[in-house]
Amino acid sequence: MTETLTIGKALNLGLRRAMEDDAKVVLMGEDIGKLGGVFRITDGLQKDFGEDRVVDTPLAEAGILGTAVGLAMRGYRPVCEIQFDGFVFPAYNQIVTQVAKIHARSKGRVAMPIVIRIPMGGGIGAVEHHSESPEAYFAHTAGLKVVAVSNPVDAYWGIQQAIAHPDPIVFLEPKRRYWEKAEVDTSATPDPLFGSRVVRGGDDVTLLAYGPMVKTALQAAQAAADEGRSIEVIDLRTVSPLDLDPVFESVRRTGRCVVVHEAPTTLGLGAEIAARVTETCFHSLEAPVLRVGGYDTPYPPSKLEEEYLPDLDRVLDAVDRAMGF
Amino acid sequence: MTALRQATEVVDPVPGASAPHLPQQPDLVQLLTPEGERVEQPDYSLDISDEELRSLYRDLALVRRWDVEATALQRQGELGIWASLLGQEAAQVGAGRALADGDMAFPTYREHGVAWARGVDPLDVMSLFRGVDNGGWDPVARRFNLYTIVIGAQCLHATGYAMGVQRDGSEDAVLAFLGDGATSQGEVNEAMVFAASFAAPVVFFCQNNQYAISVPLERQTRIPLYQRAAGFGFPGVRVDGNDVLAVLAVTRAALQAAREGQGPTFIEAFTYRMGAHTTSDDPTRYRLASELEEWKLRDPIARLKAHLSRDGIADAAFFESVDAEGDELAARIRTGTVEMPDPAPSSMFEHVYAEQTPPLAAQQAEFEAYHASFEGGVER
Ligand SMILES: Cc1ncc(C[n+]2csc(CCOP(=O)(O)OP(=O)(O)O)c2C)c(N)n1
Ligand SMILES: [Mg+2]
Repeated sequence: MTETLTIGKALNLGLRRAMEDDAKVVLMGEDIGKLGGVFRITDGLQKDFGEDRVVDTPLAEAGILGTAVGLAMRGYRPVCEIQFDGFVFPAYNQIVTQVAKIHARSKGRVAMPIVIRIPMGGGIGAVEHHSESPEAYFAHTAGLKVVAVSNPVDAYWGIQQAIAHPDPIVFLEPKRRYWEKAEVDTSATPDPLFGSRVVRGGDDVTLLAYGPMVKTALQAAQAAADEGRSIEVIDLRTVSPLDLDPVFESVRRTGRCVVVHEAPTTLGLGAEIAARVTETCFHSLEAPVLRVGGYDTPYPPSKLEEEYLPDLDRVLDAVDRAMGF
Repeated sequence: MTALRQATEVVDPVPGASAPHLPQQPDLVQLLTPEGERVEQPDYSLDISDEELRSLYRDLALVRRWDVEATALQRQGELGIWASLLGQEAAQVGAGRALADGDMAFPTYREHGVAWARGVDPLDVMSLFRGVDNGGWDPVARRFNLYTIVIGAQCLHATGYAMGVQRDGSEDAVLAFLGDGATSQGEVNEAMVFAASFAAPVVFFCQNNQYAISVPLERQTRIPLYQRAAGFGFPGVRVDGNDVLAVLAVTRAALQAAREGQGPTFIEAFTYRMGAHTTSDDPTRYRLASELEEWKLRDPIARLKAHLSRDGIADAAFFESVDAEGDELAARIRTGTVEMPDPAPSSMFEHVYAEQTPPLAAQQAEFEAYHASFEGGVER
């Protein structure tokens, strides 16, 4: 069955299906019950599944993640909503020292099938702490997997796959794209969760993005095509583990690679990707791998966020530099 | 999970009205009834002049006028968001006016009434909600910290500041603001542990406005919030948050105790968020309109006005002059907000460090050069 869904609605339906499929799935978070979450991702779920399965928690992120650990140990599959990216840090201790390490610590005897949903990134005109891109903190932590969806199809399937997965997953949702629509075939066979995907073919430059920047990358590729440049766009889809084989294959053809993310450039995902591409495709490269990211400043007040966030111009500028090498 | 449901049911609809397992405490300190009648409280007597009473009214009315204007400006697209203080004017003005000049206050994001009492220019608050900066005032000069949006974090800062005051041998006191929801945060509880342990001169001023966005108080606590203080080892008191006189008296007393080395106090200002959580919120999804109607009967401004009129402390001309002043203030806020210039793009690189780093300076230079490249009209 095919439906036109926004990313937000696709997540909502995906959560609903996951809850129907497995009675152990428990949603936890601030304002996710009656209100349906500040972005309405859990809209209607408490009404249909009850307060024991859709839990409005006290206002405490360490509490949410810490009790999720206990629930997981008791056989539940907690899906924790963090209201905004900037508010995950009270829970950071639990995520990094406990959620991430319990499987290894227990020699595999205790699994941590926890999903941590975080609306991520900027571009919504918000005040401080509502526009952060914290993916690298999590990707740098062994034991966590990090997924960053970019579209309704991946949102719908990805959230279900993440919930069914045995390892803890930080599930990043592109908050400024929540309202983007696409056709979702809810009876299709989904792509695997941890795989990157070529979303536009091209020969001149390989352009990599994930989450909210995929749309920007595709727009840049279209604008470049109008100027006669052929750009291949790859949606990484998963930030940890990285699936770089399709990237290597692409870069061997194009010889040029540009990585885009909203997070600060220094020590962001682009740094890891640039190193890996250079190590693996050194002899095919015609230019260094270039990064387009946020600046190494705090996320600025919203009047300046358009200056901070990578946009079409900055991506195309990097493409020009890669081509001009 | 019936146990959970049962536990929910035993909580009184007016939280704290009955808690039979706990020692009896004076439940709600009130100096002014909702009808505007003065009542005496032996522990919190307030000697206040007519002049002061009128100026409290003026503050309440002006702060509300500012709030109404800000909500309108947000609706018109001039602010990104606005966190309204509607209904909490007395709690905030009362607490703010209790501060001595040297005292330091640590607000959340809703304390516009305290900002006002500290002499912060409303436009320096508007700039935050417009997305121009993170608050334009000087927190050191105003003795009013910048707004803290991460729930509860400022309670630890306030406590540490108070520990500094102790080391200085000064008589300053510190006022930490928090919401009912914030009381669940680990950091807030750590702040109370530190404050108690070191007998720090800090007062925790909790505006219990009954909600944390959509989540009602009973999700955060099973006992009246002020009674939590006993567990940390310092006094807790519940004050009628819609009674500016009671709030002023109780906060003054708590700050004075802190000054005198008696350590922290927890004040629960019992009040109600009469508006939405912010302009992004839709309270019809989680609470009944009838609740608001009930609280309107306890409106903090109407109450003081009734008192001033009844006791002949202010006349119609006074109220008219405050209204006129409110309109002027609103006009100034409107013009100042609409005409507020955007920050310079490269200002985001400034002040990241006290000592700028070479890599960031280089990034800034690159950013400026990139920007300049568009000025010749080569923008795509
Ligand atoms: C650590 C953290 N988590 C979540 C949020 C999102 N948030 C903003 S306000 C709020 C509710 C706060 O409730 P309360 O403490 O009662 O203060 P009130 O807004 O009612 O004044 C929440 C959950 C936040 N700002 N910080
Ligand atoms: Mg509250």
